Amino acid sequence: METKTKSKFFDHGRLERNVSLLGIAALIVVAIGGIVEIAPLFWIDSTIEKVEGMRPYTPLELAGRNIYIREGCYNCHSQMIRPFRDEVERYGHYSLAAESMYDHPFQWGSKRTGPDLARVGGRYSDEWHVQHLKDPRAVVPESIMPTYPFLAERDLKAGDMSGDLTALARVGVPYDKDAIAAANDDLKAQADPNADSTALVKRYPKAQVRDFDGDPNRLTEMDALVAYLQMIGTLVDTKAAAAQETVR
Amino acid sequence: MSARAGDFDEHISWGISMEQLVMKAGGWFALALLAAAAAVMAADSGFAVHMTIVAATGLLLAALTLKRADYGAIIRGALKMPDQGRYDDDMIRWGVIATIFWGLAGFLAGLYIALQLAFPALNLGIEYTSFGRLRPLHTSAVIFAFGGNALIATSFYVVQRTCRARLAFPTMARFVFWGYQMFIVLAATGYLMGITEGKEYAEPEWYVDLWLTVVWVCYLLVFGGTILKRSEPHIYVANWFYLSFIITIAMLHIVNNLSMPVSLLGSKSYAAFAGVQDALTQWWYGHNAVGFFLTAGFLAMMYYFVPKQAERPVYSYRLSIIHFWSLIFLYIWAGPHHLHYTALPDWAQTLGMVFSIMLWMPSWGGMINGLMTLNGAWDKIRTDPIIRMMVMALAFYGMSTFEGPMMSIKAVNSLSHYTDWTIGHVHSGALGWNGMITFACLYYMAPRLWGRERLYSLRMVNWHFWLATVGIVLYAAAMWTAGIMQGLMWREYGSDGYLVYAFSEVVKAMFPMYLIRAAGGLLYLAGAIIMAVNIGLTIAGRQREEKPMRDAAFDPAADRPLQPHAA
Repeated sequence: METKTKSKFFDHGRLERNVSLLGIAALIVVAIGGIVEIAPLFWIDSTIEKVEGMRPYTPLELAGRNIYIREGCYNCHSQMIRPFRDEVERYGHYSLAAESMYDHPFQWGSKRTGPDLARVGGRYSDEWHVQHLKDPRAVVPESIMPTYPFLAERDLKAGDMSGDLTALARVGVPYDKDAIAAANDDLKAQADPNADSTALVKRYPKAQVRDFDGDPNRLTEMDALVAYLQMIGTLVDTKAAAAQETVR
Repeated sequence: MSARAGDFDEHISWGISMEQLVMKAGGWFALALLAAAAAVMAADSGFAVHMTIVAATGLLLAALTLKRADYGAIIRGALKMPDQGRYDDDMIRWGVIATIFWGLAGFLAGLYIALQLAFPALNLGIEYTSFGRLRPLHTSAVIFAFGGNALIATSFYVVQRTCRARLAFPTMARFVFWGYQMFIVLAATGYLMGITEGKEYAEPEWYVDLWLTVVWVCYLLVFGGTILKRSEPHIYVANWFYLSFIITIAMLHIVNNLSMPVSLLGSKSYAAFAGVQDALTQWWYGHNAVGFFLTAGFLAMMYYFVPKQAERPVYSYRLSIIHFWSLIFLYIWAGPHHLHYTALPDWAQTLGMVFSIMLWMPSWGGMINGLMTLNGAWDKIRTDPIIRMMVMALAFYGMSTFEGPMMSIKAVNSLSHYTDWTIGHVHSGALGWNGMITFACLYYMAPRLWGRERLYSLRMVNWHFWLATVGIVLYAAAMWTAGIMQGLMWREYGSDGYLVYAFSEVVKAMFPMYLIRAAGGLLYLAGAIIMAVNIGLTIAGRQREEKPMRDAAFDPAADRPLQPHAA
């Protein structure tokens, strides 16, 4: 196994006889790619374009997003529209980096067993979503999506949402002290048409306040999930970007 | 290493003093109490269930420690030493059984979710059996439980034999095995209860991740420690691959799972990074879980077991050096090809594509080195079913490492991304390369580990080979067709200038493909069941009366560590 012509500068045999050296050399070699590709994303400003309208999730939307993650929706639905003619016509304006800047974790997905959801907000009625989640084949006969009837039957037990907002604030989402203190009230107010939601809407512009699941007496998991689905992709006014294009 | 208590082994009852025994049982009991307290105060029911599992395990271990202790030896003060003239193979025997068990579980889960896609009624309308929860169960079961156990078992087997030394830190080695099974149980039960971080292949929550980190560091210590006490001057090439796999997985696991728990007594956490940064970190992790878990680690298996079964030396030593360093350097860069045309900056996408294409060469370096090892022994493909499996594994490795770079080209990816083509690609690699090479290694190790003359039946290996091969062909062909169909139908425009197909029409068109895929999976599972029977009967010491086939020779007398010169 000895190499016959030994280089003066480097002898691979040294690495083969010293496990610490081999381990350190391997670690250095595998660390380079990640450092060069990932680290710059944190300090190159143009990575996330500046847009109007992005805000953190309301507590109810966040609870809905957590149900989306819990049920593994990301296994079949992407939230990332690519800039192709067919995708833009099918799903809407292509996704911007800024639109997922508060997504811990991101939910871009990797597979479209079902359609992309990056701009599903406002596309269907609340009733459609409730029906569809309870029995997808009642509204889309070809669908192969699982049924989620239990969402409408279960009270939303989100726990203390101020803890969730605090954790997110710690990783950089701009929830202020007031938002954290009001988290549990905001959670309930958003699905209650009779509650005073002025503070909520002021904190979270464009927040949609109404009963989402068709049962105004209860706050269910269905309320939270539909509230989340109805807001995905609605915050940024993508038409504003069109003015920057030069017409020839 | 001085003799220490072997926690889980009654065959070798090692010496232990009364104080040590009390300390140990007390330690497990304290852990059980702590976990029980956490279960009572838990913020959510999933966390409570997990802590109950931990508490029950702690109690069981405390009881076992007390029950299995050799009190006679303690009273006499006599310390029984394990046989230093043999390799420390207990964990490897358990590992072989665990690999088969988790493999069957993972394949079955895969078959079930494949059928769910054809017949959605199989989701049963309850949360625990819905596709969204079972799919991570399938992927983790096959990658981390089946693949991970195969890697740990073979690495312990290979490192001892290529170093001619017993494992360093035997107690810790046992902890690595059982600790890893605990990780699997917590991860799997978590998925069913909806406990997930929501990042593919990195789904376990923060406390399970911390546990795996502890287990993994111990794994590195045992593996590195064994290399340090080797009797051979050189570190064999298989061990370079194992070492880089262990180190890189540690790095990827820690960085990608950085997250902020909502409560220290609850399961929920939020990822440290968001959006585009989180996406690239995730695919840097995700792609290199393939690159290091499923490639570097499995190449290590190839570098030991293929030459042993072929009874030929590795084809080229220089090629192994070049392809080792270039493979581990280039793989890390390839992650962004999972994010082509997304909101990830274009420079990162292009960089990822370029490195993915370059990666083709070192990948094929490994395939060539493996296949050419058969130089002068090609006839064994005809006569030796285990060699045949290894060659098929290398052929699939070569195919999927060509297909991967091709799919990473942006123009190709614009069609293939988000479709079942990706699923087909993954499975030609996973079923063909990882599965086949693992089966071959298990068939090689089983008779040697249990001291049997040969396997129960080599002809059943042949059956396994053909069932698995036909299964993969059905699977891959169905998914390629499905993926290209999806890609083309989604982008098809009619002469009127409108999109031709609604999304639901494309879903409907997939039905026959999904059925064929499930049939392929069924064949693959059937092959694995045959293997389980074959290895089970081998362990039981039975031999099927059949016309003999070729197998590699085995000399138990040579399968021993080198003894240190008499002190």
